[in-house]
Amino acid sequence: MTTSEQIVFSKESLDVVQKMMLRYPEGKHKSALIPILHIAQAEFGGWLSAPVMDYVAVILKIQPIEVYEVASFYSMFNLKPVGKCLIEVCRTSSCWLCGAEDIIDHIEKKLSIKVGETSSDGMFTLKAVECLGSCGTAPMMQVGADYHENLTIGKVDELLEKFKSEDKQSRYC
Amino acid sequence: MSKKLLLKNDHIHNIHELSVYRQNGGYSVLENTLKISNPENVLEEVKKSGLRGRGGAGFPTGLKWSFLARPEGVPRYLVCNADESEPGTFKDRYLMERIPHLLIEGMILSSFALGAKTSYIYIRGEYFYVARILETAIAEAYAAGLLGKNIMGSGFDHDCYVQVGAGAYICGEETALLESLEGKRGNPRIKPPFPAVAGLYGCPTVVNNVETIAAVVPILELGGDEYAKIGIGKSTGTKLISASGHINKPGVYEIELGVPVEEFIYSEKYCGGIRGGRKLKAVVAGGSSVPILPAELILKTANGEPRLMSYESLGDGGFATGTMLGSGGFIVMDEDTSIVKNLYTFARFYHHESCGQCSPCREGTGWMEKILHKILEGHGTIQDIDLLWDIQSKIEGKTICPLGEAAAWPVAAAIRHFRNEFESYVQNPENIKDIKHYYRLQN
Repeated sequence: MTTSEQIVFSKESLDVVQKMMLRYPEGKHKSALIPILHIAQAEFGGWLSAPVMDYVAVILKIQPIEVYEVASFYSMFNLKPVGKCLIEVCRTSSCWLCGAEDIIDHIEKKLSIKVGETSSDGMFTLKAVECLGSCGTAPMMQVGADYHENLTIGKVDELLEKFKSEDKQSRYC
Repeated sequence: MSKKLLLKNDHIHNIHELSVYRQNGGYSVLENTLKISNPENVLEEVKKSGLRGRGGAGFPTGLKWSFLARPEGVPRYLVCNADESEPGTFKDRYLMERIPHLLIEGMILSSFALGAKTSYIYIRGEYFYVARILETAIAEAYAAGLLGKNIMGSGFDHDCYVQVGAGAYICGEETALLESLEGKRGNPRIKPPFPAVAGLYGCPTVVNNVETIAAVVPILELGGDEYAKIGIGKSTGTKLISASGHINKPGVYEIELGVPVEEFIYSEKYCGGIRGGRKLKAVVAGGSSVPILPAELILKTANGEPRLMSYESLGDGGFATGTMLGSGGFIVMDEDTSIVKNLYTFARFYHHESCGQCSPCREGTGWMEKILHKILEGHGTIQDIDLLWDIQSKIEGKTICPLGEAAAWPVAAAIRHFRNEFESYVQNPENIKDIKHYYRLQN
């Protein structure tokens, strides 16, 4: 468990955060909360622990509850640890029509995990998500920041092999 | 009927770069407008153009702009809705990715008309890489004096920023978007007051879709009257259609409004027909929330007229036999498609995306998902179909924002036009065969 003493943004991230706050009128810096949570998630292990959210509250000079209620609302914020490689397969209408379920079944078998689970080596987390705006190139999955489209079983196999040797966690900084 | 306005330079290599965009006439509309026009004229041209909001609601843009309150000493904002999350819709992503400067030029022109010194492009968090493309384009525009102080020597100052969301369909609703932009949960606000009076930070604000704002550039280039001659009737101009599902050529197409639906589906210029030469079963014409129509009603109206890609023609017959143009998310389903299963993916989506403020939506979306799941598991009854109908009818019109309707309409339309399929699933559960689709995977 990370202790709050260790939770400090890198200088680079702090610079980004400071610049970000200038985008908003005076006194409206809370607007930076969502972008800062993305940076925090990327920097502190791919998820938002309570101490991380408390740290963000301190930076923005707002109450911790204001951070918790936002972090728990948006689906991109992970409130539990995830694997180094977060695989999100779209399953809504067009993707379903074009075979998303087969993609999900295949990844489940290949990684020996079910949707929502993380592999025992902490490498992969598999999620089924709602429409990612890639309907014309269905089926698709997002891994880290990247879109992988027009998927086939063969393409998924190649990607999974590639991801084994890559850190796909840092995606929003 | 092949006029292109937004994507006319889409084929040009590196059109996303400022230098290439300018070599092809980019920012000349802005330059001319700042030099010889004024905000009132810009508003007048947009009104004359008949442009209607391209995000889904189709509200006249000029009219929306004219509602903007202009109290002395209070800042006004333009916010671009790039939260594109309606299942079946991916046209804004395409436009921003390919021609980011068209959106930025439209943002500056619209802000000039509205007197907004600051604008924000609120983009869904999953489009992270698109946000980066926009930020690069904005940096180029600042460096070239197209953003910032005294733009092109006009005395007009404007700052434009990209704001990323974090995964919430509801933030495409304009007041939820503003809440999110203020660093809060995306809970829609009760209206009135409308954003035109009290929007971002309580200040007068216009929220427009990406495509709407981009369309301001060709409108000012052609003049509102000329733009209004393109299209058909009150459906003026061109529209980006996101075509997906069981078609040969999925993708984003810019159409002149008024193209026959049949031509759009079968012509090689557009979707190129149904995959594998199969028959058409149904179409969701304007994004997940609009009513699904069976083949016979999407190709022709109930009166036997050819159905056209326009606000009026798609709406012909009301919800009994018609649908809506919506966001232009055009999802095509072939003869083997399970309408019930597709509806289940919609119901699951709306349940996931309900913000939870209003009981009819929060509870109703969950119940609809559960009942559809029960039917698909082979445990449904005839009463379940009636219960689904009853639930959807009790959501519509009883919620703060239109997500309630968006969740209810697809359920109502599926039962209205495909009740037989629901009945066959509950009466003969063995009919619920393996309804997965393998077409793409076999290719």
